[in-house]
Amino acid sequence: MATLAQEQALPTYETRASRLGVVATGTFRYLRRNPELIVGLCLLAALMAFVAFGHALVDLDKARPLSTRPLLPPSPVLPFGSDKQGRNLLAVMVVGTPQTLEIGVLAGLIGVSVGTVLALVSAFYRGAADAIIRGVVDVGLTIPGLMVLITLAMNVKGGLTIPQMILVVAALAWLFPARVIRAQVLSSREKAYIDVARLSGMPTPAIIVKEVLPNLMPFIVASLVGSVSAAVLASVGLEVLGLGSFDSLTIGMTLYWVIYYAAIINSWWWWWLPPIVIIIMLFTGLFLIAVGLDEFANPRLRRRT
Amino acid sequence: MATDVLRVEDLRVWYHTPRGPVKAVDGVSFGLLSNERLGLVGESGSGKSTIALALMRLIRPPGRIEGGRVQLDGVNLLEIADEPMRRLRLAAIALVAQGAMNSLNPVVRVREQIIDGMRDHDEKLTKQAAAARVASLLDQVGLKPEVADRFPHELSGGMKQRVCIAIAIALRPKVILADEPTSALDVVVQRQVMETLKRVQEQLGASVVLVGHDMGLMAQFVHRLGVMYAGRLVEVSPVGEIFVEPLHPYTRLLIGSLPSLEEKGKFQGIPGLPPSVLERPSGCSFHPRCPHAMPRCSVEDPQLQQVRPNRWVACHLYDESESNGKVVVSP
Amino acid sequence: MRTDYLVKRVGLFVLILWLASTVNFILPRLGGQDPIRAQLGAQAAMGGNSQIGAKAMIAEYDARFGLDKPLLQQYFTYLGDTARLEFNFSMSAYPNKVIDIVWRSMPWTITLLGVTTLLAWTIGTVLGAILTQANAPRILRYILPPILTLSAIPFFLLGLLLIYLLGFQLKWFPLAGGYDQGLLPAWDPKIIINMVYHSILPALSIILASIGFWTLGMRGVMISTQGEDYLLFAEAKGLRGRTVFLRYAIRNALLPQLTALALALGNIVAGAVLVEVIFQYPGVGSLLYQSIRASDFSVIQGVVFIIIVSIGLATLILDLIYPLLDPRISYVKR
Repeated sequence: MATLAQEQALPTYETRASRLGVVATGTFRYLRRNPELIVGLCLLAALMAFVAFGHALVDLDKARPLSTRPLLPPSPVLPFGSDKQGRNLLAVMVVGTPQTLEIGVLAGLIGVSVGTVLALVSAFYRGAADAIIRGVVDVGLTIPGLMVLITLAMNVKGGLTIPQMILVVAALAWLFPARVIRAQVLSSREKAYIDVARLSGMPTPAIIVKEVLPNLMPFIVASLVGSVSAAVLASVGLEVLGLGSFDSLTIGMTLYWVIYYAAIINSWWWWWLPPIVIIIMLFTGLFLIAVGLDEFANPRLRRRT
Repeated sequence: MATDVLRVEDLRVWYHTPRGPVKAVDGVSFGLLSNERLGLVGESGSGKSTIALALMRLIRPPGRIEGGRVQLDGVNLLEIADEPMRRLRLAAIALVAQGAMNSLNPVVRVREQIIDGMRDHDEKLTKQAAAARVASLLDQVGLKPEVADRFPHELSGGMKQRVCIAIAIALRPKVILADEPTSALDVVVQRQVMETLKRVQEQLGASVVLVGHDMGLMAQFVHRLGVMYAGRLVEVSPVGEIFVEPLHPYTRLLIGSLPSLEEKGKFQGIPGLPPSVLERPSGCSFHPRCPHAMPRCSVEDPQLQQVRPNRWVACHLYDESESNGKVVVSP
Repeated sequence: MRTDYLVKRVGLFVLILWLASTVNFILPRLGGQDPIRAQLGAQAAMGGNSQIGAKAMIAEYDARFGLDKPLLQQYFTYLGDTARLEFNFSMSAYPNKVIDIVWRSMPWTITLLGVTTLLAWTIGTVLGAILTQANAPRILRYILPPILTLSAIPFFLLGLLLIYLLGFQLKWFPLAGGYDQGLLPAWDPKIIINMVYHSILPALSIILASIGFWTLGMRGVMISTQGEDYLLFAEAKGLRGRTVFLRYAIRNALLPQLTALALALGNIVAGAVLVEVIFQYPGVGSLLYQSIRASDFSVIQGVVFIIIVSIGLATLILDLIYPLLDPRISYVKR
């Protein structure tokens, strides 16, 4: 990820192989210093593995209501039991987990991408564009996001489908990355790179692509993790409130039914336990990854070995 | 020597990095007489700022004071416990730091920042007495008494630095360490601050160690000048003599690179780059860049020796005697 | 000067209010038909209890927002109503007015949120500051990882777990509600104790799940503050450890920590709303949940608006406190 300036300073005798070697050892040492990153990745990997195995083991049709008798506790036939509407809960989890993840990842990706683009426009072209974008971001971040989401969702009939959920969450997800990335670009460190590039005659788009973005990458990756986490939380929150689509099988919707039918008090533990465990694994995994990436995004915080 | 206020012997400060120790200060020895102003000059990375912090025992990990002695008034600062050291700071040895921009607490008024130093050294002061002391100190550095009620961000760079000087002299220390006190200031203000420093030092009868990289400033301010290179002292002499006849090749190049009002011509730089902090050249650290390098220089490390009265150099050009275990007294 | 800052902040607040109401006005009407009117119509057709109120509401609604009125006039009527907090009648609980229903739920939420946020922020900040000191008690270092991991979990999830563990299994705390059934909230000490008892689990969910965030934040801020030049100079002055810690480090670190609080308010409220849903705690969260279930648009709009106003107000207050603590802000532009 060397910028043009950095690359030109590298001694010429480094071979590609030795550079790979350096990257590999560097990564290994980084992981040793930041074990949280490994734990976080393992948690997410475990979830993916669960989904992969689940697809092989279970007939996903059974995720629909009235597939089996309702409220059966776990058994060899129904490893996760069934819910009040007769769904095979294992099937529901296997289908719903990737859906929830999909919402989070897509909304998070869109949010960070749009946010980055707007942040760069705002930081580089200043003037009216900067004023407008900054104004929108400031006001947008002051208004509580969930309230806006509820207002948007209320006006959609029949609950938000997954694509609609993604769009709605993404519509708010770009605000925070935009602010944070703009601040980073305008920070004095970045300014130095930019000024040098400008003075050497580089056109602005080239500066953005060749100088700024590579330096921003760690930061953007860290923002992405946070964004995905926030997006999942927003979508789950909307669903728990009852604004999701009632046919949907996402984890959030499962939680909605758990609350609606008071599954905890009724001792239907097999119904509420898996979604809670899955969500905890998801959030903890993302959190640990974010903590583990902290040093990557902020070299100044490098721990003393 | 008996009349030294401060005596540094073989001070070594290393920074421990994953790639090995960085020997920022590697065996520095010197003495400071009472009422004397000593300068320490060198390029970035020569170790001069580290010395100032080490003398205050403010080196933080991954840095560590690896060895040596710092005798202040008969007490070895490197051996005493934390609390006695705290008491000596400001009261016996004070620091005027670089970066006047940020040396003062942004949310506390100037008055409080002068007083808290006194208070934490057990000076019992009534409110009036404190106010009077503050006003007097501000007056000594040429600031109006109203400055006491201001916050740091309301002051200019020069004013802030003078407040720092006022704080430094509040308890009448014997030694004042000034670490590049004027590097962020423009020339006119620079002069004001240096004049102030000189004045208060003479009034107090204190000694000053001035760390910096501005030879011109040194010429006007210090009595004696020590030249640092790669963590060591390479020359120590009275300032007038150094400028008239610099002995060490590095000093010569340094002085030669100063622009002069009389002669116009090409600028003379010093060829090459400062040595890597991790891998010192063998023998004399300067030999790769030295125009007078001899074969001996890449093998043997020259020691600081007194080659003329009160003139010390670490260079094989002046090394008549072989080092054969003789006790080397330091400047 | 000071007034410049003041004007900007209050202006922002008013802007938000205006935006919120305008969006609330425009969005429903974007689809061509008016969902509120449609809902009212549907209710009228359903007969029974909802029908009575519906007819009266439709009449009133048409009088104010009827399609025969020009859009602009409807808009100004709407703005005027909102400014007076006049959200008309609840569609599902006629003849209760929206504002009354919301008003009744507010104290519950405000107390719960206020107390928990204050506690979590204060304890977290203190913890974070202490953790940066070399002489911090060892126990604290062991508490940190579990607290941090807890902070990754959304409030309401922790709530579900607490209901199960402490309410259902151990039966230490009640499972739902703001007070025992059969009791009515009053200023009687016994009833107050009962209400506090019911609020412990919801409060715990919020506090335990947010402390980690504040602790981590304060620790980070303290570390960067400790890297500042004035900290080095403070030590060079030979100040006592306590003076440096309190007056130089913490005093400066509190500022960004306070800003973080202002920025996090929206998320905290969102989390608290879901916690109330879980615990059936009679605050605005549960109200929101129930009105979404009943498709009671008037109440939903009312609740959303009031929440936006409250958060805007809280942010404004924090913004106004800030210059009192940071002398650099009072003098914004000379």
